[in-house]
Amino acid sequence: MTVALETRGLCKNFGALAVARSIDFRLETGARHALIGPNGAGKTTLVNLITGRIAPSSGQVFIAGDDVTRLAEAQRVKRGLARTFQITTLFKGLSVLENVTMAVGERENTTANMWRAAGSRRAIVEEAYGLLERLGIAADAMRRVAELPYGRQRLAEIAMALALRPRVLLLDEPAAGVPSTESAVILDVVGALPDDIAVLIIEHDMELVFRFARRITVLVEGAILTEGTPAEIAADSRVREVYLGKSHGADHG
Amino acid sequence: MATPLHPIDQLGAWHRIRPLELLPWVLAVGYYFLPNSNLPLGTEILTWALFTLSLDLVLGYTGIVSLGHAAFFGIGAYAAGLVARWLGWTEPITALIFAGAVSGVAGVISGLIVLRTHGLTLLMLTMAVAVMLKELANKLGWLTGGADGLQGIVIDPIFGQFRFDMFGRTTYWYALAVLFLAWIVARRIVHSPFGRSLVGIRENATRMSAIGSPVMLRMVTVYAISAAMAGVAGALLAQTTRYVTVNVLSLEYSGDVLIMLVLGGMGRLYGAFAGSAVFLVLRDELSKLSPYYWSFGIGLLLVATVLFARGGLLGIVDTLWDRIKRWRA
Amino acid sequence: MPSALIGILFDGIAYAMILYIISVGLSVTMGLMGFANLAHGAFAMAGGYLLVTLMAALGLPFLASLPIVFVVVALGSIVFERLLYVRLYRAGELDQVLFTIGLIFMAIAATTFIYGPLPQAVRLPAYLMGQVDLGFRSFPTYRSFLIVIGAVLILALWLGLERTRLGAQVRAAVDNRRMAESLGINVGRLFTTTFALGSGLAGLGGALGADILAPTPSYPLEHIVYFLIVVSVGGLGSIRGPFVAALLLGVMDTAGKYYVPDFGAFFIYVAMMGLLLWRPHGLFGRA
Repeated sequence: MTVALETRGLCKNFGALAVARSIDFRLETGARHALIGPNGAGKTTLVNLITGRIAPSSGQVFIAGDDVTRLAEAQRVKRGLARTFQITTLFKGLSVLENVTMAVGERENTTANMWRAAGSRRAIVEEAYGLLERLGIAADAMRRVAELPYGRQRLAEIAMALALRPRVLLLDEPAAGVPSTESAVILDVVGALPDDIAVLIIEHDMELVFRFARRITVLVEGAILTEGTPAEIAADSRVREVYLGKSHGADHG
Repeated sequence: MATPLHPIDQLGAWHRIRPLELLPWVLAVGYYFLPNSNLPLGTEILTWALFTLSLDLVLGYTGIVSLGHAAFFGIGAYAAGLVARWLGWTEPITALIFAGAVSGVAGVISGLIVLRTHGLTLLMLTMAVAVMLKELANKLGWLTGGADGLQGIVIDPIFGQFRFDMFGRTTYWYALAVLFLAWIVARRIVHSPFGRSLVGIRENATRMSAIGSPVMLRMVTVYAISAAMAGVAGALLAQTTRYVTVNVLSLEYSGDVLIMLVLGGMGRLYGAFAGSAVFLVLRDELSKLSPYYWSFGIGLLLVATVLFARGGLLGIVDTLWDRIKRWRA
Repeated sequence: MPSALIGILFDGIAYAMILYIISVGLSVTMGLMGFANLAHGAFAMAGGYLLVTLMAALGLPFLASLPIVFVVVALGSIVFERLLYVRLYRAGELDQVLFTIGLIFMAIAATTFIYGPLPQAVRLPAYLMGQVDLGFRSFPTYRSFLIVIGAVLILALWLGLERTRLGAQVRAAVDNRRMAESLGINVGRLFTTTFALGSGLAGLGGALGADILAPTPSYPLEHIVYFLIVVSVGGLGSIRGPFVAALLLGVMDTAGKYYVPDFGAFFIYVAMMGLLLWRPHGLFGRA
């Protein structure tokens, strides 16, 4: 197994507040990994550190063995790192198809071109449309993102990341805020991701986590508490303590 | 009703020219042949339409709010004016290109500096660049003529053939030709992948970075292109009026071009045409009545546009057109 | 210290007082509601014209007119805030900019219509004219008066913000609006109040400064750059930052006019650009 993503001693301080404490973390090619932890544990901060949205106070990030700590967010994307956002981050005034076409075009490095019409690159538009079909939102291709129901916006969010053909995919609460009737579609999509992508998912829904993940990392107060298989995590009393609270644990002896 | 095109074909057909897009050109050519046409006003409209078009690329398409776009208009005007006045560079077309290039370089430099900031700071910095240059032009009186303006600009006939006559016939065609070329360039750009990435930045810069787009590079690039275009507009003003005042760098000019764009409609190219024409014709008419009619009228129009018609004039036309279509359907 | 330098400092500080009194309300408006109110200078202009009218048409004395100016401009601004500004609190910055530019144009037209295009002169009372002798040197009486009254106003303002309930609410809301709302502070009403106070102060500043910045119809456009410099350099939402910025600007501007009359304003813009690039959120602003 090759290492697709690795962090070494990643730290981030906001003033006196340490939101990431020396995080060593690896994601192997084809991984199905979940990152869990209570609210405020620093999960999204970790994603932002990995993607380069925020700069670490110290430590390093590697993609496929290359040190990318000094690279800007956009450059890391070119190295094969893609993400979705916890809060839907799309081009709301544009159609769904245009959104995804933009991502495919960017991946193909066509966007420096100022002369040729964007829509005339048929292969790119077709690929974007194919992605919409795969995610079951092709019927909404020409609707503006802002008009879509939230569940389908979340699918479009995932389509944007997949359009980049990433080798590492970070999913920040892909099903958050989606009614359970629609979240099943998102689960199916996440479950059917290609095997050569390393996937890290942040999720609160434990059912989803245990169904999807082959390994789980528990983050507490900016530091890794433990990592293991779902069975190991489920059996870990420290994890239960974090999630259920100490008093709860004491009640049951 | 015809069956709608497949989405892929819709995107593929989107850049094709629709007949309505030729209407402004038909009107502009037709105006020339009207018996009582006011050609100097027409030339002024064409010049400002070009300036407004340049702002549309930056503001309408990319979403960068600038309170100092006159900086580039002014640089272009002075570049063309100064080389004609002092260096004897009186050939108009090469001087126009030169002025655009100078403004473009200024756009790169100031873009690299100011576009790092956002919000009020960006507004202040764009404004500061323009007022700073105005201050400079004002004080370098020996070079620019200062507050009295740069006079004595001589311009050769275009292609050595067409003299700038006193009725403004040549200048009208000249300005129209320049605007037409700029329109072709702008239209190409906004339909290109680069142009779409500008819209992406306007809609959501965070997402743009997250799909791997070099946002800062894109912004500086369009800022420079827009600056060059504004510079050509300024040069056009200098050549067609053979006169440059420090006003070309003023906050008023920056405000006027902003108002024209918003009045016409942002992010649609033709808003620049509609806005500059309506603005300048109204100003011409209302100012004849009384200076404060104009000032009050444009203020009211602006307030009303922001409150009730954010799409500007063309936005209103769109809405009406949709209603008519629905009513007929 | 050479005499010229003392004179420059003195005039600069007097000018700074005016700039600060006019601009401080803008800082709060922008910090509290994120509203880019370019028309703020119109309230200062209204103050200047009101002073002229009260004194010339109604024959009121200078000092008695000042509080009236404050109250009338403050109350008048409430009408604008409730009827117009309130519609754009959630709008983008561009809409706010355009909208307030529109207001500026209308204000200019209305003022030209009523008062004509020429600048108005304020007739200062005799006791504020001439020089006042401070032993080692004499100073212009009116500028001394400006510095004293400015200092008193600023002290009152700062104490008010520290000690009163309203001040605490403003500080809380600028700091964290959502938190303030969850604590039960009615931010909407709070904003109307601060908007009125800020506009009233601008009006008062416009009246006090009418001798330095003469009321003319183009006032809101002519001086907006300086008011915005004070706010952006001081830091949005800050109360003290704009004071430091106003002092810097007032003294620099006065010194510039004295030593390098040809390039004074140019250097101010250069300095402002440098400062904003070094600290994009101003001297006392937060990221």
